[in-house]
Amino acid sequence: MTERKVVIPGEAIVTGEDYLPGKGTEKRGNEIVATMFGLAEEINKLVKVIPLSGGYEPRRGNVIIGRVEMLTHNGWVMDFGNAENAFLSLMEVPRFVDKGALDEVMDIGDMVVVKIYSIKGRSIDVTIKERGLGKIEEGIIFKINPNKVPRVIGKEGSMIKIIKDETGCNITVGQNGFIWIKGDKIENELLAKKAIIFIVEKSFIEGLTEEVEKFFKGEKK
Amino acid sequence: MTEFKRPDGRKEDELREMKAKVGIIPNADGSAMYQSGNTIAIAAVYGPKKMHPQHKQDPKRGVLRCTYNMNSFSVSERIRPGPSRRSTEISKIIEWSLEPVLDLDRFPNTVIDVHINIIQADAGTRCAGINAASMALAHAGIPMRDLILSIAAGKLDKTIVIDVNKAEEDFKEGEGSTDIPISMTSSGEITHLQLDGKINSKQLKKAIEMARKSSKEIYEVQKKALKESVNLE
Repeated sequence: MTERKVVIPGEAIVTGEDYLPGKGTEKRGNEIVATMFGLAEEINKLVKVIPLSGGYEPRRGNVIIGRVEMLTHNGWVMDFGNAENAFLSLMEVPRFVDKGALDEVMDIGDMVVVKIYSIKGRSIDVTIKERGLGKIEEGIIFKINPNKVPRVIGKEGSMIKIIKDETGCNITVGQNGFIWIKGDKIENELLAKKAIIFIVEKSFIEGLTEEVEKFFKGEKK
Repeated sequence: MTEFKRPDGRKEDELREMKAKVGIIPNADGSAMYQSGNTIAIAAVYGPKKMHPQHKQDPKRGVLRCTYNMNSFSVSERIRPGPSRRSTEISKIIEWSLEPVLDLDRFPNTVIDVHINIIQADAGTRCAGINAASMALAHAGIPMRDLILSIAAGKLDKTIVIDVNKAEEDFKEGEGSTDIPISMTSSGEITHLQLDGKINSKQLKKAIEMARKSSKEIYEVQKKALKESVNLE
């Protein structure tokens, strides 16, 4: 099997003893069976299914965008579109915070760019002690399917670089599917949003980079 | 055995014309439509999302919550909208028939909401609902061991038939009609079986065997719909 193919749950992907079941698959007898709807792929005898839908799975090191849901005595509880909440501790904020007035730094409803630094069991701890992280003051935020995030970013950030160069906006893509765009003009921000939605809709097209360049040429006329 | 003729002229093991489409509700995480003859069911899946109220959360595994609803215009005589004794029961039945193939252990404290709406009814609505829900769950990216296929077998007088419609369900002659909705995985493991009427064990075995055979056809329809929903061009 060389090409990617669409598989449905319960469908046998490959037959043979020398294959290993990866993500979204399981071994039944001498067949590797898909347990998820998506694209099946085989690399070095490892078979896996790339999901096309479904939620975001938090991983260490991911940059995500969340909303402050609750204040506690030593930090902020954040919702990032998952069933589990993330916790931003006071210690992970690179400035002095008055313990009695946490809401002066970040209040309920504020959107924050954070990075996951540890996942222990079900508790997810995040930090804003890095460049580019912190509370979002202005711009627009919208959500896309988290499975399309790799396409929006492109290989080593190539796709997002095109959009940044074309629109002159600052774009932060959270791995959980939230995207923050900040530009000097609202027209540029909306163009960047339109381009990202274009990528999400055409995410399977081969030569997507050229298509996006064409899209910008069409838009600029 | 006397020659038995079905009201719409189908063969005993002939299914009604089937249609399926995946991804019909843009706002849902997964959605599907399944049509069998004049019965049309649509299903939407939301989740896994946080379970509210919190006391219903299960820290060990996720919860599947189905809501079956028949729209008031789905039958010729308008039915009262809102949940009824019948729809609550069918919702529970659908939950039980889908749960065995779902891997809910991976989503503790969450709920997966499945909303099934019958927009046109001509018997076999729970089966159509289960078929639609099974496709919608796969479309939503929920880990599943297999797809669920559902079909209503029936006994009209002394003849076993497959995919009963409303005219046949109301059949009164001879021994009358027996309705047997069956749900199974594509490998033929039964997850749900109901029986309304009278039947002997030999005939029931025959009915299950026939349902098993017909489920292959439904599987092909579901498979085609799911694969066509991905546009690789």
